[in-house]
Amino acid sequence: MEQTVHNAADTASAYNFAYLDEQTKRMIRRALLKAVAIPGYQVPFAGREMPMPYGWGTGGVQVTAAVIGPKDTLKVIDQGADDTTNAVSIRQFFAKTANVATTEKTAEASIIQTRHRIPEKELREDQVLVYQVPIPEPLRFLEPRETETRKMHALEEYGLMHVKLYEDIARHGHIATTYAYPVMVDDRYVMDPSPTPKFDNPKMDNMAALQLFGAGREKRIYALPPYTKVKSLDFEDHPFEVQSWDDECGMCGSHDSYLDEVILDDKGNRMFVCSDTDYCSERQDAGHRGPQHHDQPLGGPKSNPSSEKAAE
Amino acid sequence: MTKMNDPLLRVDDLTMMYGDRVGCKDVSFELRPGEVLGIVGESGSGKSTLLRSISAQQEPTKGSVEYQTRIDGTRDVYEMSEAQRRLLMRTDWAFVHQNPRDGLRMNVSAGANIGERLMAVGDRHYGNIRSSADNWLGKVEIASERLDDLPSTFSGGMQQRLQIARNLVTSPRLVFMDEPTGGLDVSVQARLLDLLRGLVHDLNLAVIIVTHDLAVARLLSHRLMVMQQGKVIESGLTDQVLDDPQHAYTQLLVSSILQN
Repeated sequence: MEQTVHNAADTASAYNFAYLDEQTKRMIRRALLKAVAIPGYQVPFAGREMPMPYGWGTGGVQVTAAVIGPKDTLKVIDQGADDTTNAVSIRQFFAKTANVATTEKTAEASIIQTRHRIPEKELREDQVLVYQVPIPEPLRFLEPRETETRKMHALEEYGLMHVKLYEDIARHGHIATTYAYPVMVDDRYVMDPSPTPKFDNPKMDNMAALQLFGAGREKRIYALPPYTKVKSLDFEDHPFEVQSWDDECGMCGSHDSYLDEVILDDKGNRMFVCSDTDYCSERQDAGHRGPQHHDQPLGGPKSNPSSEKAAE
Repeated sequence: MTKMNDPLLRVDDLTMMYGDRVGCKDVSFELRPGEVLGIVGESGSGKSTLLRSISAQQEPTKGSVEYQTRIDGTRDVYEMSEAQRRLLMRTDWAFVHQNPRDGLRMNVSAGANIGERLMAVGDRHYGNIRSSADNWLGKVEIASERLDDLPSTFSGGMQQRLQIARNLVTSPRLVFMDEPTGGLDVSVQARLLDLLRGLVHDLNLAVIIVTHDLAVARLLSHRLMVMQQGKVIESGLTDQVLDDPQHAYTQLLVSSILQN
């Protein structure tokens, strides 16, 4: 008796590899295969309870657990950052239950689990991107009935999606949807790219890496096989546009990455910094400098980079 | 090419049973383009059941509903694929509900409500959608400045008119109306009827209107069917039926109205 307890504590053998049991992984893999076969289609799966609350990435964790192998290298990002609570705990979870290597470098990872962002660095064919999805149904905003939304997908009745965009323009003068911006996949299914900012939508199009989406609470899986056509919905006279910033990254000086705004004090000073931490530190290592980098003379070359013109 | 005299809709021997109970029984009629047919009868007489069955919302137990489509010739609506049927319902047909809340999207603006059908058939130009929404708002006598307001801020009569605009924007040829003036006060009813009569005439709409209000039937419909206990007991030209009712029940119905 005592020996059993001892063994379990010793080797963590109470857990199967990557936490989930093999039958569950098979079930998820079957769902994944179907999802890859029908790009953008939401496949129901028997989502399991995970040792974390819904909304923390239970869907993504289950997908990662189903595809990860002992030789994989895992990177986990939350809002682009490797060092936030959610990212750190999921990375530790797999380091512990699957004993896999982990990394913060985009280029070194074979599986990247993400919430909100696609890494700035272009992904390769040998990489898999796993998204954590809160609400997989793009039509849910206007149609609460699941029976009806399924029928709309089946019959390609997607006029409703444009009603939402119309409403945006009518209220704000432009399409004000900045995240979870609906896309048309392979000219067939309208898909919610999960809460990624629309800045990342163009990266989804024709991406070399396999993209898998897991929604734990809603128990749905969908996928984009490599090199799939992904088009953001828009109007002829209001074409799709990504966000842009007047500022550069305060740390690495990047002008073309997705920037987070950081409030510095209560006097209106702020700075912008890359949301992709790995991208930013790689640039800093390569010698790029932004005005607020600690290498720079105090006050910076241009003393007050904060501008009132924040990005949308 | 379709001729003017070919019926737009042919209902043949339509029966709807709810288990052992009769919803409506052995109803047959034809409707030609531009014709307005009124269906009157008391509550529970099968009017709404009939309307649902004709408008492809509830498959009847027996009988057929044939519609002359624009491109495909005459088709039985229950033998079409679901995709074709739904396309028909949101382009060539329209359905005006008694309660505008059933027919409107209450959480998007009036403009989006009217534009929905246009976007559903593939219109992707915001400016065009908006200007036709604005145009239709004018046709149903709602001020342009309400274009971006939510329907929940509209009065009952305005909501009903908005519902009509939303339905007519794709220029349907056949409109189903279920008590369109129910729940409105008399003066608003009168304006709505006036508006409907004008639109029906201008757009040459074929209409099937279910009502228990004989005044509405007299004002709008060319022909009338009187229903009782699921069966059509009398039909004919509206004036003829109302001024010279033959069936005992129709006589009762007509005499129940206050005469001036």
